[in-house]
Amino acid sequence: MSEFFAMGGYAVYVWPSFLLALIVLVANVVAPMRQRRRVLTDIARKHRRARKQQR
Amino acid sequence: MSTLSLTSAFSLLLKRDLVLAYRRRAELVNPMLFFVLVTAMFPLGIGNDAKLITAVGPGVVWVAALLAALLSLDSMFRSDFDDGSLEQFMLSAHPVSILVLAKILAHWLVTGLPLFIIAPLLAVLLNIPASAIPTLMLTLILGTPVLSLIGSVGVALTVGLRRGGVILSLLVLPLYVPVLIFATDAVKTAIVGIPTTAQLSILSAMLVGSLVLAPMATAASLRISLS
Amino acid sequence: MIIRFFHQMGSPRYFYKVAGKLIPWFMTGFLITLVWGLYNGLFIAPPDYQQGESYRIMYIHVPAAWMSMFIYVVMAVSGLISLVWRIKMTEIIVISSATVGASFTFLALATGSLWGKPMWGTWWVWDARLTSELLLLFLYLGIIALHSAIEDKRVAARAVSILALVGVVNIPIIHYSVEWWNTLHQPASITKFDKPSMDMSMLIPLLTMAISFKLYYGAVVLMRARAEIIERERNSRWVQEMVEEEAK
Repeated sequence: MSEFFAMGGYAVYVWPSFLLALIVLVANVVAPMRQRRRVLTDIARKHRRARKQQR
Repeated sequence: MSTLSLTSAFSLLLKRDLVLAYRRRAELVNPMLFFVLVTAMFPLGIGNDAKLITAVGPGVVWVAALLAALLSLDSMFRSDFDDGSLEQFMLSAHPVSILVLAKILAHWLVTGLPLFIIAPLLAVLLNIPASAIPTLMLTLILGTPVLSLIGSVGVALTVGLRRGGVILSLLVLPLYVPVLIFATDAVKTAIVGIPTTAQLSILSAMLVGSLVLAPMATAASLRISLS
Repeated sequence: MIIRFFHQMGSPRYFYKVAGKLIPWFMTGFLITLVWGLYNGLFIAPPDYQQGESYRIMYIHVPAAWMSMFIYVVMAVSGLISLVWRIKMTEIIVISSATVGASFTFLALATGSLWGKPMWGTWWVWDARLTSELLLLFLYLGIIALHSAIEDKRVAARAVSILALVGVVNIPIIHYSVEWWNTLHQPASITKFDKPSMDMSMLIPLLTMAISFKLYYGAVVLMRARAEIIERERNSRWVQEMVEEEAK
């Protein structure tokens, strides 16, 4: 098992590569999710304000 | 109102731009001065190693040419954009790409051609052997129009923006790289004494290609920027 | 039937709905192929004769590089369609692809560096592929920068479409000129790096990873497109109604 992690001595190059890939993949999924959430809550907030003003 | 033929419109626009540039001729020297100054900085920075200076010489001249071209690009459409004449050109009955070509030609005559003329001086500054100077000048006369043509697309896309200049460099420099590579390779090959037909042919191909394609792209970009 | 499908997809509202249904499928496919590809690549495939275990970076680096180019082509084609036919959805696809494309390009460069250090001894080498990839990254960054600098989203999308087209014409030129520039100085030992023949046990995980990344791109571009759609269409009735629905 530790042999696997050592990657023949190249661990310091191999694992950061995979870690970077993980970060990039996660970031590109999270970003659009947050953008969509942000716009929806923004619109909802404006709706609430408009409704309050109507009363 | 009588309508102009396309050739008359072209030469009229060309003449207008040249006259306007001539009226600000003090400013015309700037790109050329920049070119010389930047080139002169390199040996000062590198040290007085003659062989090293010759080795980097072609690269230095061409990088300086790229930077000088970048600096001067803004003036291509700036004043016309500011006073509204650019919109008038877009409304013309003539194909915008031809009018754009006239503007690019004027711009090159004013900013690119001087670089070509002053090149022998720079060759001396950078220890480039006299045998390679004709090649250097050839690369400049073939390459600087390409810089103006490709640059015009970038300027057209950024002319309406506030911080256009910074983005312009980012947009245009990657596109300049092929010109840089083949031009410097031509000069380096000439210094060694080997024939440079391959590199010069490719530069010529780039010139013809951009001559055909760039005006259309620039016209489309102007239409978008002004919309 | 197919033409009707494309017509309908041109409408942001319909696209939003269909994309929402497709995304889970893409994500599932991506995860399955990712796990399978990595398992095969890391555990089953043998170490390389010359490079030992460090070659395994290839399972990230090569698919990432392929994606960086694939996405740019998708962007350019979408850009062309939006310029010629003025379709909103293709404009949105252009800008939805830019960040993912730039990310993959960056990933290719970074993993290329990490692969290069043990192989060539330095973090950066001006080899033809890395240099072309670096210029590709600049092209992507230019697109992102131009888009964020223009306030009107529709004008921004069209400007960026032109830039993408100009870029795609230049990419082969840039690649060829960098190859030329590189072969002048490159010792032969480094070009042996990419031998065209690869053992099946290595090739299959590699291709699996390539498919995996493509499915990932499918999911992400649809997600980004949906976010862009509601951003642009926020004042339209269907978006307002949708928000009302969610608020209940």
